[in-house]
Amino acid sequence: MRPDKHEIYGRRRSRNVGLGLVLGGLVLLIFAVTLVKLHQGAMMEGFDHGLRPSLLPAEEG
Amino acid sequence: MTDAAWTHDTPAHEAQFADYVELLKPRVMRLVLFTALVGLVAAPVVVHPVIALAALVCIGAGAGASGALNMWWDRDIDAVMARTADRPIPSGRVAPEAALAIGITLAGFAVVMLGLVANLTAAGLLAFTIFFYVVVYSAWLKRATPQNIVIGGAAGAFPPMIGWAVATGGVAPESLLMFALIALWTPPHFWALALFRNADYARAGVPMLPVTAGPRATRNQVLAYALLLAPVAMAPAFSLVGGPVYLAGALVLNALFLRGAWRIWRRDEAAAQADGHAVEKRFFGFSILYLFLQFGLFLVEAALRGAGLAPAGWPSLF
Repeated sequence: MRPDKHEIYGRRRSRNVGLGLVLGGLVLLIFAVTLVKLHQGAMMEGFDHGLRPSLLPAEEG
Repeated sequence: MTDAAWTHDTPAHEAQFADYVELLKPRVMRLVLFTALVGLVAAPVVVHPVIALAALVCIGAGAGASGALNMWWDRDIDAVMARTADRPIPSGRVAPEAALAIGITLAGFAVVMLGLVANLTAAGLLAFTIFFYVVVYSAWLKRATPQNIVIGGAAGAFPPMIGWAVATGGVAPESLLMFALIALWTPPHFWALALFRNADYARAGVPMLPVTAGPRATRNQVLAYALLLAPVAMAPAFSLVGGPVYLAGALVLNALFLRGAWRIWRRDEAAAQADGHAVEKRFFGFSILYLFLQFGLFLVEAALRGAGLAPAGWPSLF
């Protein structure tokens, strides 16, 4: 039997396709949540080298 | 390495995607998701549908993580019980280490994501639920005491509280009543199962009530918990989430539940053996339907309130 015809490949394909769909769905869901949170006015801040408005004094923020 | 070597080195029962889905206990997850959805919808704060969906995905992932970790811990006794021998780990389709890794990863993901999507109260409740189910129930109580279901059943009662917390950010008498409803429903539900799966539990050394105290004591307890459940299940009728439709439906459902418990109580083991535990099996099946319908009544009341059809002046005692 050719190795690529082995039934083990079918099992692996089912795992790969399933996991791919789950991860794709997760990306879409997180993107949609981000859009909704932005639309609802949630504060967005950078946590690396950007200014964090919430840490500035009130008159500068 | 050649392809031929790859196929020779892999186990004969290498898992398919469906095996990993089974590892997450999809039937339990369905009940968890439904009761969490009811808590979320019945709460007096409207949640954006996308946030609600994301929160439910997180709660489902948390339930799945609990299922995977439970199957990892119980793999030794699952192998000797007929009901569980074909689960992914004892049947050899999923390696125990893989189940443990999936459970821990999924649990962390679910809790962190729920904290980000909803709020810290909901995330904290989800984390506590996973801990309670895996550590308190599975690892500690299940093999230690015949009261395992009474205390461990609380784990299954948290989802509506989590759903409520997603919407409101807190805990309320209504969400506590939903918790109490499931917590008191769990013992008669599982003891009915244990009555006709007694040999399974005895073989695995799990001290379920019929194994330690005998079928007579178990039948008494089923009726006692059904009697305790009825008033608790009807109390939400007189709260913010209840109303006349809930009251009428709960009256019928609890009368049927009590009738089933009464039928189990009034017969002995000889009669049960004679008809293959038909009454116990019927009660077990009905108890699942009971919980779905009972929580469905909350949805009906929420829909009526949303449509402005809730009667004015309905008493609220909580």
